[in-house]
Amino acid sequence: MHELAICQALLGEVGRVAREQRAERVAAVRVRCGALAGVERGLLERAYEVARSGTLAEDAILTIEESPVRVYCPRCGSESEATPQRLLCGACGDWRTKVVSGEELLLMSVELVSTAGARSEARI
Amino acid sequence: MCKDCGCSVTLPKYLPLVQPLLERNDVEARHNRAHFDAHGVLAVNLMSAPGSGKTLLLEATVRTLREQLPCAVIEGDLETDNDAARIRRHGVPAVQITTGSACHLNAHMVHEALHELALDGLSLVFIENVGNLVCPASFALGAHRDVVLVSVTEGDDKPAKYPVMFRQADLVLVTKGDLLGVVDDFDVSKIERQVRELGNPAPVLTLSARTGAGLPGWLDWLREEAALRRSATEPAVAASGTAG
Repeated sequence: MHELAICQALLGEVGRVAREQRAERVAAVRVRCGALAGVERGLLERAYEVARSGTLAEDAILTIEESPVRVYCPRCGSESEATPQRLLCGACGDWRTKVVSGEELLLMSVELVSTAGARSEARI
Repeated sequence: MCKDCGCSVTLPKYLPLVQPLLERNDVEARHNRAHFDAHGVLAVNLMSAPGSGKTLLLEATVRTLREQLPCAVIEGDLETDNDAARIRRHGVPAVQITTGSACHLNAHMVHEALHELALDGLSLVFIENVGNLVCPASFALGAHRDVVLVSVTEGDDKPAKYPVMFRQADLVLVTKGDLLGVVDDFDVSKIERQVRELGNPAPVLTLSARTGAGLPGWLDWLREEAALRRSATEPAVAASGTAG
């Protein structure tokens, strides 16, 4: 159960950004998580419920977008979908593939609430 | 504040970031790596399920290697310092990281351990991660190589069950090889096939730390990797050595 540690890292980053931007609180957090990132979405959501209390993100909605596992095959040049257990080329079946998507564990964006200076920059 | 009517509603400001979520850990891992590199030291992160024989393998390894390749061990354990004590018995320095309830090592813990470990004169540092095939896979430590162990008694379906761990392995060791005669449904070629299906070219070696069978292959791998590391991180030293 390392999702709590991941969540604390997430809230640490969110808090740092919020303080830099002089935000009063965080309204929303968006994360992208690939199936090969080693993070269980459900566990991350539950850990977030616990870990966010008392932080600037206490009321922030967490959205987790999943990224599909895709591999590139240098042998035949095709890109195909794969599963975490089988990262073979979907076209020629070769195993010497490169993962091009599905490893990500990224903080994509935050929505910050501030009393001053918020209106002109809303949703860029 | 809403610009249309002047009411007191504040709109949230959307801020795109796209940054690694474990950025702080990654930064500290790079710091650890730089520390190893500055000393020409190869750092190897050993990962496996609990009881796969990481410590026994390390004991057998340091016993043979310590004269040729001065080494040290950073031990991760939930509660005890038993493993570090086992290593120290062989005259090799060992630093214990007691993680408490944490199920994995992170770069910060390794950084703290490095403050207690003099790298001068060392060629090789082993980091024995907490026994766990899930959590340690997500946290970079700054090691140059990841070695994943799977013991014969665990069954031969582990790479497919733990793809995140096995796909990043630079070497897979099948341990307790002396039990292959007893656990006769364990198929080593199945391990290798699953590792390939994860797109991973890592060699798969079978050994027994108890009998010593298969150890030479593992020790050769370490010697080669340590030599590569020395030549990669000390070009100036190597060049002046050739000239002189």
